[in-house]
Amino acid sequence: MCRLFAITSKDPLSPMKAIEALDVMKEGHDGSGVGLFLRDLGGPFENMKDAPILSGIFSESGLKRLDTFMMDIGFMTKYRLTIRVPKKPPAGIPKRDVYLIRAYEYPEGWESLGEKVLYDRLVDIRLKLRKMGEEKEDMMVFSFWPDVIMIKEIGDPMEVAHYLKLDRKELEARVIMAQGRQNTNYEINLYACHPFFLQGYSTMTNGENTAFFPIRDFLMSRGFDGYSGYQSDSEVFTHILHYCQTKLKLGLETYKHLITPLKDEDIEKHPDAKLLKHLKHSCRKLIIDGPNCVIGCLPDHSLFMLQDRKKLRPGVFGGKPGTFAFSSEICGLDAAIPDRDRSKDFQPMYLDTAIVGPDRQEVKICCQTDILPLPL
Amino acid sequence: MLSDRHITPSTLSKKDLPWQVLWNRDKCTLCGQCTAVCPVNAIELGVFRKRILQTSLDTGSVPSSLNSVFHGIRQKTDPAYSCVGCAMCNLVCPNDAIIPVKSDEADKLRFHINQGGQPRSRGGRRNVKGGILDQIKFIRISMLTDPALDAGRHEFELRTLLGRILPPEKNLEFYYENGWIPPVRDIYPLIIGGMSFGALSPNMWEGLQMGVAYLNEELSMPVRICTGEGGCPPRLLRSRFLKYVILQIASGYFGWDEIIHSIPHMKEDPCAVEIKYGQGAKPGDGGLLMWHKVNKLIAAIRGVPAGVSLPSPPTHQTQYSIEESVAKMIQSMCMAWGFRVPVYPKISGTSTALAVLNNLTRNPYAGGLAIDGEDGGTGAAYNVSMNHMGHPIASNVRDCYLTLTKTGMQNEIPLFAAGGIGKSGNLAANASALIMLGASGVQAGKYIMQAAAGCVGSESDRCNICNIGRCPKGITSQDSRLYRRLDVEEVAQRVVDVFLSFDTELKKIVAPLGRSTSLPIGMSDALGISDYNAAERLGIKYVV
Repeated sequence: MCRLFAITSKDPLSPMKAIEALDVMKEGHDGSGVGLFLRDLGGPFENMKDAPILSGIFSESGLKRLDTFMMDIGFMTKYRLTIRVPKKPPAGIPKRDVYLIRAYEYPEGWESLGEKVLYDRLVDIRLKLRKMGEEKEDMMVFSFWPDVIMIKEIGDPMEVAHYLKLDRKELEARVIMAQGRQNTNYEINLYACHPFFLQGYSTMTNGENTAFFPIRDFLMSRGFDGYSGYQSDSEVFTHILHYCQTKLKLGLETYKHLITPLKDEDIEKHPDAKLLKHLKHSCRKLIIDGPNCVIGCLPDHSLFMLQDRKKLRPGVFGGKPGTFAFSSEICGLDAAIPDRDRSKDFQPMYLDTAIVGPDRQEVKICCQTDILPLPL
Repeated sequence: MLSDRHITPSTLSKKDLPWQVLWNRDKCTLCGQCTAVCPVNAIELGVFRKRILQTSLDTGSVPSSLNSVFHGIRQKTDPAYSCVGCAMCNLVCPNDAIIPVKSDEADKLRFHINQGGQPRSRGGRRNVKGGILDQIKFIRISMLTDPALDAGRHEFELRTLLGRILPPEKNLEFYYENGWIPPVRDIYPLIIGGMSFGALSPNMWEGLQMGVAYLNEELSMPVRICTGEGGCPPRLLRSRFLKYVILQIASGYFGWDEIIHSIPHMKEDPCAVEIKYGQGAKPGDGGLLMWHKVNKLIAAIRGVPAGVSLPSPPTHQTQYSIEESVAKMIQSMCMAWGFRVPVYPKISGTSTALAVLNNLTRNPYAGGLAIDGEDGGTGAAYNVSMNHMGHPIASNVRDCYLTLTKTGMQNEIPLFAAGGIGKSGNLAANASALIMLGASGVQAGKYIMQAAAGCVGSESDRCNICNIGRCPKGITSQDSRLYRRLDVEEVAQRVVDVFLSFDTELKKIVAPLGRSTSLPIGMSDALGISDYNAAERLGIKYVV
């Protein structure tokens, strides 16, 4: 089982905050990898919130192909963050040429495109790059989106963090999600490493998703190219969130109703019974059985946590106005926010979605039996 | 027969018959119960002459022979009266003196069971044992990272949906706009398949209905039963129990006058309407209820004269093509109940199933597709239809599901699989395999007859005389002397037993796969088989 940690703070934090929290939960991950999602960036990215940032790992030849590809479309580099690493990586971390974090200027005329067209084009470019990289094994692309950086690597989180020198001003962010992996695939594929990202939505999960196949088949048949990949059974959680919000235009309170709907007799007692029944029927293929704890982030910078129907995975949140964190274990919270009121720590149960809004003032608990905020 | 007498081509010895009746003279009390109970009069009182040779070692004494007579049981060898192996003789014998045994070689009767140019017809199902469903294993066992669930203690909701389900976007749009959303029923994934009032005896039918009502009302299991093509008793049509019933309409339209006239008096809508275009046991052939079974009651319910044979045509005569059927019949049926009742066609397994399915996907009123595979049972069909016609269910359902997946409609048109489910007794395993291949649920008929009423029919061609109305257990007979053998309440009790044990077994299958809150439809990663070609064909794992 992996360990998860996510933090949202009004002031930019170093990713090390999350890495340290993962480190105290070390019993629960085996050093087979770490994934980082950074959003609402500080540092040099603070002033370029609209510039799409490409995050990935490239070989020298891959980088050249990237440059040609991007220039052909008309993207100009606006800012690049260079991560120089020692020649010899520590044991367990593979040798890479370039860890790329690069902000681009949109090609001429793109800024006036509608949001949907623009967002679809960004996904399209990321998928094309991923495909190019898979063909020659010279690039891996994790995200291509404004105000978002993703870093993934194999190895113990703390060692990777020291190796990549993550404790740097440029990487500070107000929202950080991190996963310490306990790898369940024999061959470690970085595309299977959480968190996952699609058009502003990101989630990470621990546990396995036993309903993966039918869910994957359903998403892949929705006719949207972004619903692809699936090196990990947890990637579907990100895509279901994306589907829920962008295609069905439903709020975060409804996400849990899609993946873990109420039992029929509970739906009958619910004030929105009719709607929930229809959702349960038409989204039947998205129902999960767990065991999963899902932590995710929305484009508006809200952070949330929810559990599977049987609540088979650990998960806790705590914090204070301005800073809240979600963690697999309480010791992770202790490491990140030691000065919080611990009596207010809370472990969301099987009906709850815990949400910290963009203002970071409080954690709102949405219980599935509550009335849904309408109009949706 | 004497050795110098004339024989005919169809003169058979007992050895030539499929079943030999073994009778033990020492145990027999000559009570005559076996001859009375035999449904086909295969045995009769026999008077046997026996010569005993009396010789002596004493010189001078003359050897003599003594002729004596003893009474017992004689098995007839006339093809019309050959033993069917039902073993009712054994059941009634107080001294265990008689039993039919299967011949040790292929019988010769099969070559002569077409006297008068009439090929054999019978009940039962394809006389081939086993099948691919029994070979499928559930291999994705949850271990360590996703611990197996507890079949006894965790919360389960293993229901399925019958009816057209809209894609989520459309469903929400219609919901907000108050548009028409097709009716959908939340039901138990094991349906009692269509067995008509007429094919089944009144006691059997009533027992099944009582069992289903009990499962729904006392145990909250939304089990549904299909009427088959034979109408529905008027009292049931006007009762609240109609909601547990799927009304079937087939090419003979038997009983539909009564049903249509009852619509204004119905307290509840039926669960659904099944339009039967085909049946797995006799694909491309119609119903075959023979005059023996058409008594006054059956005739009244079906709206026909008594004592006439009721062969229904293979196709719906009012239509030229399935496309038209889909367009007109489904819509008419939907309209009859104000678009509140799901309507779906049932076809026999066929290599053209995809064409039907593709047609249904374009029809907004089609509520599903039921496919009945080659191993489906029937009350009456030509032997050749049963043994040689039809398509196996597993690959048929799989192809249909994968086609729906390609078009993104895998949640929209539920597929129901039938035909040989539980043939070897493995009802839950067979049903689960089909569900994971893509079926939304399964229909079983023969298994229910075997388990709930003690049908002795088998794929060894035992009994299988449902067609002639002499069912020795009273299941498919319309003769009150026979069906009074069947106690209605005991049938109901057994129906409940079957569903409860099925439910436990279903949980015992899905819980170790880590599934409990939704039926694992299309969860093909859980399936494996040791037959490489079958694995390739079904798109599941090859395991050895």
